[in-house]
Amino acid sequence: MSFVSVSALLAAAEREPLWQAVLDDDCRDRGVERSESLERMEALWRAMVRSAKEYDAARRSASGLSGGQGAKMAAAQSIGGPFLRDVIATALMVGEQNACMGRIVAAPTAGASGVMPAVLLPLRERDGLADETMVQCLYVAAGFGQIIAARASISGAEGGCQAEIGAASAMAAAALVHARGGTPQAMAAACAMALQNVMGLVCDPVAGLVEEPCVKRNVMGAVNALACADMALAGVASAIGCDEVIDAAAAVGRLMPASLRETGEGGLAATATARRIAESLGGERPGPAEG
Amino acid sequence: MNIFDIMGPVMVGPSSSHTAGAARIGLTARRLLGSQPVKADILLHGSFAATGAGHGTDRAIVAGLLGMRPDDAALPRALRIAEQEGMAVTIRAGQMRDAHPNTALLTLTDGGGRTLSVSASSLGGGRIRVNAIDGMEASFSGEYPTLIIRNEDRPGILSEITRVLYEHNANIATVQLYRDRRGGLAVTVIECDAPLPERPRAELAALDGVVRCTYLDMGED
Ligand code: SF4
Repeated sequence: MSFVSVSALLAAAEREPLWQAVLDDDCRDRGVERSESLERMEALWRAMVRSAKEYDAARRSASGLSGGQGAKMAAAQSIGGPFLRDVIATALMVGEQNACMGRIVAAPTAGASGVMPAVLLPLRERDGLADETMVQCLYVAAGFGQIIAARASISGAEGGCQAEIGAASAMAAAALVHARGGTPQAMAAACAMALQNVMGLVCDPVAGLVEEPCVKRNVMGAVNALACADMALAGVASAIGCDEVIDAAAAVGRLMPASLRETGEGGLAATATARRIAESLGGERPGPAEG
Repeated sequence: MNIFDIMGPVMVGPSSSHTAGAARIGLTARRLLGSQPVKADILLHGSFAATGAGHGTDRAIVAGLLGMRPDDAALPRALRIAEQEGMAVTIRAGQMRDAHPNTALLTLTDGGGRTLSVSASSLGGGRIRVNAIDGMEASFSGEYPTLIIRNEDRPGILSEITRVLYEHNANIATVQLYRDRRGGLAVTVIECDAPLPERPRAELAALDGVVRCTYLDMGED
């Protein structure tokens, strides 16, 4: 892989559209034709659409902690109007789909699988965007995600939740800017601002399960992505460049104690209620579980 | 990491390490055995044991043994399906020395009574590593077409193995050698760039000093 920095990605995006620079880099990296890479990404897009469509409101997770919440939201109203309601509902649905052993697309992880579909599906629906555009959005997201993975981390056990929901949110923000026809610089700004906003977010799954707070954090990741994409498209700049923000997140991840990195020992997982839940699940002892 | 390690895989939730990786461990073990096991004894270690039930680790491993991929929608029903198909499954938690936190030891028996034990770890993002086969150290991911050759530990045998591959134009990505003691049995693990046809595999199995040649290709069936 040749992009180890956002600045290198932006330089490549001077010669061709940013999504295409990521596509071509993948072709070089894996020694495949464009058509092969595109087919694979198209399949992921179809699977993402399916992950929301297959949602079953009656389904519950093995622990009983998750299920049915997305349907409640879909039937309710949002202060932000129908579009925002759909974003929140989709994030919950896919997050619950994951918790209930349904099929999802890890993006970048299973725990954060609700963020990308939550912003992309309602946008496609409302604006009638072509599938082709959505596939391009996935390349943009993957391009920024790859740099986050290389310079920081996309594992909650390594970097806390900023590395999972945070990375997903930053990827989604950049993808949204592409969907709205923004510049590569605006994509980088959206990515930087989204990651700034979740700097230091800890990983503290109750009973060590990818359910609470994970499902709801997908909502936060999606809404944050929308707001940061809007800001970037409006010309709001990030005072700190995207590469520096990613490096700062990496440093914060290294400073985080192990109890706040997916061990299920700190944060929400350490509350009396969470401990009771963990105990009631019998064999389930808190322990690391990568989303 | 390529972009499809970031975007993807398509998988049954909830955890890439505890569910998708576990399913891949089961599927890899099945491919190594060469058929569907009739009996499977599964030992879960570390975090696999601690939070495995809530993440469906048990079901995911059995699903893999049944030939399912990590995105098979039937994965949550794997324990029932195994019962219907007459696979006797036992699952228990245990400690393994110096093992990665997400490790499983699978002891499998096929229809002919042959047994195989596979120790493998889930590394995150659905990626795995096989650590040992039948108690002998080995280390491979299954991401490449892989040859696992059990051979006598004698001079020249490696060059005979590589000669066969060379004659068939097979490009070797990596070679690793493991042995338990000098002059005893060794395990040679060879990862190839492209799938290996039947012919060279048969020639390798027929080589003097080769006890067993197992071929692993996790690509599409
Ligand atoms: S498991 Fe941790 S990192 Fe993953 S979504 Fe839950 S809190 Fe965030």
